[in-house]
Amino acid sequence: MRYLPKSPSERREMLEAIGTASAEELFQSIPEKFRLRDPLPLPGPLSEAEIIQYFQARAAENARGYTSFLGAGVYQHLRSVTADALLQRGEFLTSYTPYQAEICQGTLTAIFEFQTLMCQLTGQDVANASMYDGSTALTEAVLMAARLTGRRRVLVARSVHPEYRQVLATYAKNLGLEIGEIGYAKSGDIARPSLTKEKLADVAALVVQSPNFFGVLEDWPALADAAHGAGALLVGCIAEAVSLGIVHPPAEADIVAMEGQSFGIAPSYGGPFLGVVATRDKFVRQMPGRLAGQTTDAEGRRGFVLTLATREQHIRREKATSNICTNEALYALAATIHLCLLGKEGLHEMAQQNLAKARFARAELEKIPGVRCFFSGPSFNEFVLEFPRSVKLINAALLQEKIVGPYPLGTHYPELTKRGLVCVTETTPRAEIERLAAAIRRILETPL
Amino acid sequence: MKSNHTETESPAVTELPGRHVSLNEALIFEQSASGKRGMEIPPLDVPSVDAAAELGSGFARGPIEGFPEVSEIEVVRHFTRLSTWNYGIDTGMYPLGSCTMKYNPRVNEFVARLDGLSTEHPQQPADVSQGCLRILFDLQKCLLAITGMDAATLQPAAGAQGELAGLLMIRAYLASQGDPRKKVLIPDSAHGTNPASVVVAGYEVQNIRSNARGQIDADHLREFATEDVAALMVTNPSTLGVFEERIAEIAAILHEHGALLYMDGANMNALAGVTRPGDFGVDVMHLNLHKTFSTPHGGGGPGAGPVLVKKFLEAFLPTPVVVQKEGGRFALDHIRPKSIGRVRAYCGNFGVLLRALAYTLAYGPGIRQATEDAVTNANYVRKNLEGHFDLPYNLPSMHEVVFSDARQRKHGVNTMDIAKRLIDYGFHAYTTAFPLIVPGAMMIEPTESESKQECDRFIEAMRSIAREAETNPDIVKTAPHSTRVGRLDEVAAARKPVLRWKP
Repeated sequence: MRYLPKSPSERREMLEAIGTASAEELFQSIPEKFRLRDPLPLPGPLSEAEIIQYFQARAAENARGYTSFLGAGVYQHLRSVTADALLQRGEFLTSYTPYQAEICQGTLTAIFEFQTLMCQLTGQDVANASMYDGSTALTEAVLMAARLTGRRRVLVARSVHPEYRQVLATYAKNLGLEIGEIGYAKSGDIARPSLTKEKLADVAALVVQSPNFFGVLEDWPALADAAHGAGALLVGCIAEAVSLGIVHPPAEADIVAMEGQSFGIAPSYGGPFLGVVATRDKFVRQMPGRLAGQTTDAEGRRGFVLTLATREQHIRREKATSNICTNEALYALAATIHLCLLGKEGLHEMAQQNLAKARFARAELEKIPGVRCFFSGPSFNEFVLEFPRSVKLINAALLQEKIVGPYPLGTHYPELTKRGLVCVTETTPRAEIERLAAAIRRILETPL
Repeated sequence: MKSNHTETESPAVTELPGRHVSLNEALIFEQSASGKRGMEIPPLDVPSVDAAAELGSGFARGPIEGFPEVSEIEVVRHFTRLSTWNYGIDTGMYPLGSCTMKYNPRVNEFVARLDGLSTEHPQQPADVSQGCLRILFDLQKCLLAITGMDAATLQPAAGAQGELAGLLMIRAYLASQGDPRKKVLIPDSAHGTNPASVVVAGYEVQNIRSNARGQIDADHLREFATEDVAALMVTNPSTLGVFEERIAEIAAILHEHGALLYMDGANMNALAGVTRPGDFGVDVMHLNLHKTFSTPHGGGGPGAGPVLVKKFLEAFLPTPVVVQKEGGRFALDHIRPKSIGRVRAYCGNFGVLLRALAYTLAYGPGIRQATEDAVTNANYVRKNLEGHFDLPYNLPSMHEVVFSDARQRKHGVNTMDIAKRLIDYGFHAYTTAFPLIVPGAMMIEPTESESKQECDRFIEAMRSIAREAETNPDIVKTAPHSTRVGRLDEVAAARKPVLRWKP
């Protein structure tokens, strides 16, 4: 077997040195009745070429060659082969968590740069070395707010990503956290008049996403005022991180939970992605996850180490701020390299293009009889359209034309059937936007 | 940072076989200069818009101050140089106990990047996701065969999240029987995530002591297995690298009292193809695909922590569940009234799951050979170091062996010193100071990926350090001597944290 570096005679030599006659003897501490006699019923073994064949066959069963207008938390943005080549250097790819700082300075320096970039993007003071993804980052941010305030009630906007809210509900259920919801206004942003002092009394965190699940922007300063007026913290959630290239950051929030997939990470059917938690300096000791910090060695040379580990499970066990151990370090590195390549101007330009393309797409689609933009609030690269018939029916017809159509909102919002969420990024060619518009027009002209 | 090349002056290093050039490199922010960039975007093919007018001036943001401005070659050099400051499995032996740092096959990286797999959106219709769903389904089947369990979820993003999902299933099951109960038992040899996950699941931790053999004391367990106890979390083989010989009895005691047996599968590399947890009484377990199933650690993640359960827990799996329908089509089943709900958005770390399937397919039933080689390596290293280091628990080793620094401590040398000195010999350190039941623990897990020659080099290095500890302890206590930086001041880092660059 090509992954195993021993010849049959070397195996024998080693067993002899150990003093056992066979490999079987090494397993004698396992009660005999539990030891397997027959080989496991597994497919394989496959050579490298056969493995590639298997996965190419699977790729052909997917939406390869389709144009997608799905966003809803996962975005197709430009990725760079340069970043991917660097990411695959074995010293990064095959290294462990950087506990042995002297031989992990590469990873640790990159984490320090990552933390800096996340602070610059979010307008916060401190960011951690990553969480699993946006959904778990948001959950951890809410738990952190509960620890900081000592309160047990949480108010979450219904316009926060539905799957993020489901994850939060799973965690909250057994921790005695009570979750209330706040609806959305006609403009698509959070229903601000319902954020009364009474409603916010005893609330640990007000949780809002921007751009929200409908693509509409939220007003961070106003929301922070409302939350702080009642002694609550504002947890700001970002699912489309490229928006930060052109949209005011959640600087007024107390804790930010972000999904960083948009920064050069492939959709990959939902993961691995990149969760981020950022916050104010004064809250750092209640943060979940790893942190890299700057220090020096005995010679005074600058170096980086994992620090403030007394928050973490391997030191604090049941008193830790979170049970997280393994995070998404490699994808934090991917985002770091990607953002360094893109740079100050590039990120702004990318965000600008998303805005322009989405405006163009919205205008093209609104020209179709019976189709209208549903929310009036300002948006980034996603917008909700109202259709004269079921989005799922339209999508089934679009699939025939190799188009993956809008996200059907009725799945999670029963009141929003016949509404679809359209996403357009810098990777969507104008011709494909026009093809989508023509296809929907044709579909709607065909009687049911 | 005066010169571009670092020279290491320690005379001790010149006697060692390998040295490499290590180039200095400033932070990317310190190299930034206005007007540079490393990536271009194709020109906009629709009319441009004015952001302030479109969004309102309160929402619009200009380019971010302090963001890096560097060219492509500078980015390539920067991260290439940083990478040379790291040590990976591709560099050499990585005997970190409990971490299973085995070879990460390159073909897995290739297939994870295929067009049609890396490009797929998790919300696209099942009709155009059959390939992704089949990959998930096939992996589930393989993991069920290897563990002897009945049903699986692949959603948890890492081992710790798998623990949580498993505990929540236990809780939901017991609640459906009328009482979720209060406590989870954890041996003192357990990894820190176990108690931390118990708390997130809303349970109290009850620590139980290991017996003189470092094993769970079945008689002692009888006292603790009250009607309050929901489950026992056991790592098997334990963090001492020893199989829990009375595991079936332990399971029976728990079951007698209506409690369940949870197995932390962190050490599954000792068992795959040899024995199945489903056969010895385990009700719930998780696997760390970034350990046993070779997906790259990437400097700390990503991982994946699938959870495998017995039939009676299937209804409680997180949603959605990948199912095969009549006619062979695959689908995501969202409608599961007893489910604990979601623990992560979408279907988990698909890209990690895919790599784990590629690994499993490469071995097929031959996975047993990998297990045998891993256990052979650990025992070979043990046999050759026994006379040089203290072995606190003289029990049959599986995939790893735990020594202690008791002999070297007499010379003022501790486990951390020895680990740091190993770096000078060209190896990654082993795991230090864990498990907690061994003072001065030295936990060594060679994995099956090491050749006899590499094991011999490691043994020789360890013996040499044992000699140094007696004859020249200072050289060990001040190690490493060959790295870019010496031991870093962790106390200063924590006292006055500098967690980001500032101009």
